[in-house]
Amino acid sequence: MADNIKRSPKRLTVISGKGGTGKTSILGAFAALAHNAVLADCDVDAANLHLLLAPKTHKTEKFFAGYKAILNPQTCTACGKCVEMCRFRAISMPDDSAPPIIDALVCEGCGVCHDICPADAIVLEDAVCGDLYESETRFGPMVHAELGVGGEMSGKLVTAVRTRADEIAEKNGHGLVLIDGSPGLGCPVIASLAGVDVALIVAEPTVSGFHDLGRVLDLCKHFGLDACVVINKHDINPDVTSQITSCCSASKVEVAGEIPYDNAFTKAMLAGKTIIEYDAAPVADMVRDIWRRVAGLLGIEQE
Amino acid sequence: MNNNSLVISIASGKGGTGKTTLAVNLAAVAGAVTLLDCDVEEPNDHLFLDVKWGESREANVLFPRVDTNLCTGCGECRKACRFNAIVILGKQPLVYPELCHGCGACFLACPEKAITEVPRAVGVIERGPFRDIEFIHGRLNIGEVKGPPLINDVKEAARGNDSHVIIDAPPGTGCPTVEAVRNTDYCVLVTEPTPFGIHDLEAAADMTRQMGVKHGVVVNRSDIGDDRAVRFCEERGVTLLGQIPFDRKAAEAYSRGELLVDALPKYKELFSDLWQTILKEARNA
Repeated sequence: MADNIKRSPKRLTVISGKGGTGKTSILGAFAALAHNAVLADCDVDAANLHLLLAPKTHKTEKFFAGYKAILNPQTCTACGKCVEMCRFRAISMPDDSAPPIIDALVCEGCGVCHDICPADAIVLEDAVCGDLYESETRFGPMVHAELGVGGEMSGKLVTAVRTRADEIAEKNGHGLVLIDGSPGLGCPVIASLAGVDVALIVAEPTVSGFHDLGRVLDLCKHFGLDACVVINKHDINPDVTSQITSCCSASKVEVAGEIPYDNAFTKAMLAGKTIIEYDAAPVADMVRDIWRRVAGLLGIEQE
Repeated sequence: MNNNSLVISIASGKGGTGKTTLAVNLAAVAGAVTLLDCDVEEPNDHLFLDVKWGESREANVLFPRVDTNLCTGCGECRKACRFNAIVILGKQPLVYPELCHGCGACFLACPEKAITEVPRAVGVIERGPFRDIEFIHGRLNIGEVKGPPLINDVKEAARGNDSHVIIDAPPGTGCPTVEAVRNTDYCVLVTEPTPFGIHDLEAAADMTRQMGVKHGVVVNRSDIGDDRAVRFCEERGVTLLGQIPFDRKAAEAYSRGELLVDALPKYKELFSDLWQTILKEARNA
């Protein structure tokens, strides 16, 4: 009976709260270790996974989401009503008698200016929010994206990347989707976490890393997600490392491993390799152990 | 702010390059200065400053409230909402707070005047002094998605201050970063000389260029990768403001929440010089 039910792939998202803790280096290593995974780079604001995996892109699409207000200076009467009504302060009128200027980077596309313009001088156009790529890497298919500057719809673009990765996984029978998340706690992070099986948080033992870990764990709890933690650069501060360990055990969150500070991660990055492929890096074995634990949490078979 | 005071933002495409380190240490050597932590998703500056907390207040966005006695269920509000934040259930509109941008389009569209806008808390703004620093930061509530209105409130809270202002921006180039960097006199882009660092620096420099904000680059951990950060500055004609080599002692002091200018004497000079360079560049901007 169970055979009739299409089994959906397992999903893992790597996040960190604080930036620069090593999310992408670790996710890249998992890509090298996992079998049959689809990779999704959901750090659409600063996508970096492609720098390790050198994907060959076979499909590029413009991703549209939301609107941008465009003003027609010919019909505009410079009444200034839109300047007054825009809640996002995206419209300014440096010269009282000339048409106002809409700052496209700040416009959220709400349409209020269009709705209230007495001269019908403002139209709403579909906004290009970024590019979406389907690619192939040496470790399998990858979906990634590039958000335009000031991109309003980063959450929607993240969802689009994930949806595409899920489609590829289901169509071609991949059992796993590995998702690289973005720093912070806001819309792209929340979109990268929706409905995943496990969130892996890469923490660093600094007062700021610890502070941000607390907020990310609260976020996972808020959404009822299973989380586990990797402590990167653990030797930078053994005291904070042990504080993180106790905090995790108090909130019943597994610490899947600790990695010391090692410039091999930077060297591997410079060579365009994951740490697994980078020769003679003892930290690679630690990352292998972490992957075995995470695979166990995901309930997937790994040799 | 008087005419001589400058607003300097500190940003980076990639996270973890050293924005916070730069912001707090520059503030500590800058004399009387206002420091704004606008990384409202993960505010960290306060961990390095022993702030005497004073005023704390909620930051709000406007949110529609529907008077069910007046609402006829006509659906005009749903049509006006470009964020699909309103659905009509039965005969009544239901608004999803996580999709609502607080733009007021529904309020304007309602023919029955059944919608009023009420404040909804998205975070808090806290402030207080530390040494010569007037410190202000915003903290976004957990699960809340909209940072930009809170970032704007933090910047508004500094209005009227006479001193220079340093703004610690969130990482990336998306809407929260744009909001933090917007209308600043100069933007310091912090990077590290690695493929990830430079890739994200390019995006950040594109952002400041499109916004018309003059910018320069500080290369942090300048000896961990290769010379690509310096090459980037030369090729693009971007000012290289300074380079800070990797220092394990500095990383450890940072990890304990210490100011580098307090923990290690040599950084006092380094950050004072860097601050003077930034001011000079910003004045020429």
